[in-house]
Amino acid sequence: MSAQYAIARPRGARLGFALDHAELLGALLVAPAIVFIAALIAVPFCLALYYSVSAYNMGTLSFSFVGLENFIEVTKSSIFQRTLINTLVFTFASNLLALVLGKITALILLREFPGRALVRCLVILPWAVPVALAAITWRWMLDSMYSVVNWVLVHAHLVSPDVWPNWLGEEGLAMVSIIVIQAWRLFPFSAIIFLAGLTSVPKAVIDAAHVDGAGYWRRTFQIVLPMILPIMMVALLFGLVSTFTDMSVVYLVTKGGPTNSTQVLGSLAFQVGILSGNVGRGAAISLYLFPFLLVATFFLLRFLRRREI
Amino acid sequence: MAQVIARRLRKDFGDERAVDGIDLEVRDGEFMVFLGPSGCGKTTTLRMIAGLEKPTSGEIVIGSSVVNELPPRSRGIAMVFQGYGLYPHLKVRDNIAFPLRTQGMARELIGKRVQWAAGALGITRLLDRKPRQLSGGEQQRVALARALVREPTVFLLDEPLSNLDAKLRTSARNELKEFQRRIGTTTIYVTHDQVEAMGLGDRIAVLEHGRVRQVGTPKEIYDDPANTFVATFLGAPPMNLLPRGGRIEGFRPENFMHRDLRPADAGAARYDFTVRRIEYLGNERIAYGTINGHANGAEYTARMPAHLAEPAVREGETYPFTVQPADLRYFDAATGERVPGPA
Repeated sequence: MSAQYAIARPRGARLGFALDHAELLGALLVAPAIVFIAALIAVPFCLALYYSVSAYNMGTLSFSFVGLENFIEVTKSSIFQRTLINTLVFTFASNLLALVLGKITALILLREFPGRALVRCLVILPWAVPVALAAITWRWMLDSMYSVVNWVLVHAHLVSPDVWPNWLGEEGLAMVSIIVIQAWRLFPFSAIIFLAGLTSVPKAVIDAAHVDGAGYWRRTFQIVLPMILPIMMVALLFGLVSTFTDMSVVYLVTKGGPTNSTQVLGSLAFQVGILSGNVGRGAAISLYLFPFLLVATFFLLRFLRRREI
Repeated sequence: MAQVIARRLRKDFGDERAVDGIDLEVRDGEFMVFLGPSGCGKTTTLRMIAGLEKPTSGEIVIGSSVVNELPPRSRGIAMVFQGYGLYPHLKVRDNIAFPLRTQGMARELIGKRVQWAAGALGITRLLDRKPRQLSGGEQQRVALARALVREPTVFLLDEPLSNLDAKLRTSARNELKEFQRRIGTTTIYVTHDQVEAMGLGDRIAVLEHGRVRQVGTPKEIYDDPANTFVATFLGAPPMNLLPRGGRIEGFRPENFMHRDLRPADAGAARYDFTVRRIEYLGNERIAYGTINGHANGAEYTARMPAHLAEPAVREGETYPFTVQPADLRYFDAATGERVPGPA
């Protein structure tokens, strides 16, 4: 009997079987994503974990296990110490700046004005433009000889043409420059998150705050911001993690210079691990902050979940 | 306690006139209901009284002073919103305390006042919950407590019961009325629901297209509508309107009765009523039909107690129906305004 059934089964029945069974269909649909993540994130991550505790050098192919030696050596290096501080300054300053710019932009975009739709599209640009393209533009704007920023400053009589700032060539200024550029890249995302948050606050709540006697600052800090805090935290988390692990702006604009003054973990890891071939050391540098980020993310997400109940 | 007066109040939103010259006086301690269809300007008027909208022109007086230039917080008002507008991230306790904190009241005093307001509305056991953990009825009480706690001179309520289910709405309505009687604060209540308006209001202001069409007690509004709009907006089914002799005759469905079922006075108006359909409403029957020889076949309604209608009135038949002279109202055919009847 069963053989007869098997023969009589119409073509395509296997697909039909899968479509009728939610758990099977679910597994099928989610499989490509899992394969993708495993191949492009999990495998390289595990490799990096292994490299960081081995003495692997490009060319030598020695995978000998050295324990935490890479991490200890890295910690002793003065360049690494400077890089670590740079990374913290760069990450927190640029994200804070992006948050403030994002909030201001969101408040502007909330108002009705002619051409708002166009401005809303244009605001996305810094986030959408390929980073290489943006970096070239910024390098030109901050160039030591042809800087349009300086041209404007000179013509506004704010600096003299003889002593104008060399944005990417002086240590402090270079750091300021890459912070501004990173903030410029990040702020559209934070503006959109803010905008979504602000428009999700019911009008009745704002009206109630007015009637209850809350002025602008009290409405902002005691009603609106706490209400959109969860969504803000997610935006901030994204910004922080992506900046901590990112090297594109630094590498494209300053290459970590002058004299490592803008070196961040990502760019240093690339330089040591790939360009100089000391893969184990590079992996240790790039994984250095991973435990801290993991713990911070864990607590932040737990905090958000608690708030929602 | 205070009176509220609107003088020639107007509000334009762009080209659209939301409120078109409202003159109105709400007496001290009165429960006033603004009743009207959506878009009639009732909520806009309330928001102007609250100070949430700025009038295009006209004056608002609360107590004895013009408050046009005062922000909401300085007007001595408290408001309950449709959807309540509770602060979702604050506990019930902090929601109720919020208007007191903005006044910079001392901490111990705030605690006492919150307890008092929560006690008055029976929500003491909910104080440590968040709004989202409450039912609709409980949220409504919290909103009321938050309004009550600052002891306002005027309560403004914007459709506060519309988010409740039908059964809860009835009990909440009774509680609200009891509550207002007890505290005696001047209250303005906005609704589109005539049953709420009739049940709650000391007086009702009926609004249409940004204008007040009539102000009066529920009985005045129902028995003596000032125009055909008020006549047809209140009552379910609404007043029958029959053009006859250059005027419009109006009569409530419950006064439109089979001649044999109620002895008519000598001067009673007589109509031949053809019943098309009878609606079964338990204790009542509503007959829909046409009046022969009049009004191009428009539909009229008669409302009869079940025990009378059952044997006497059938679908498809024509009957002599009468209306007592005292139950007839007359309106101008052109303007729809009330005109005196024949002497």
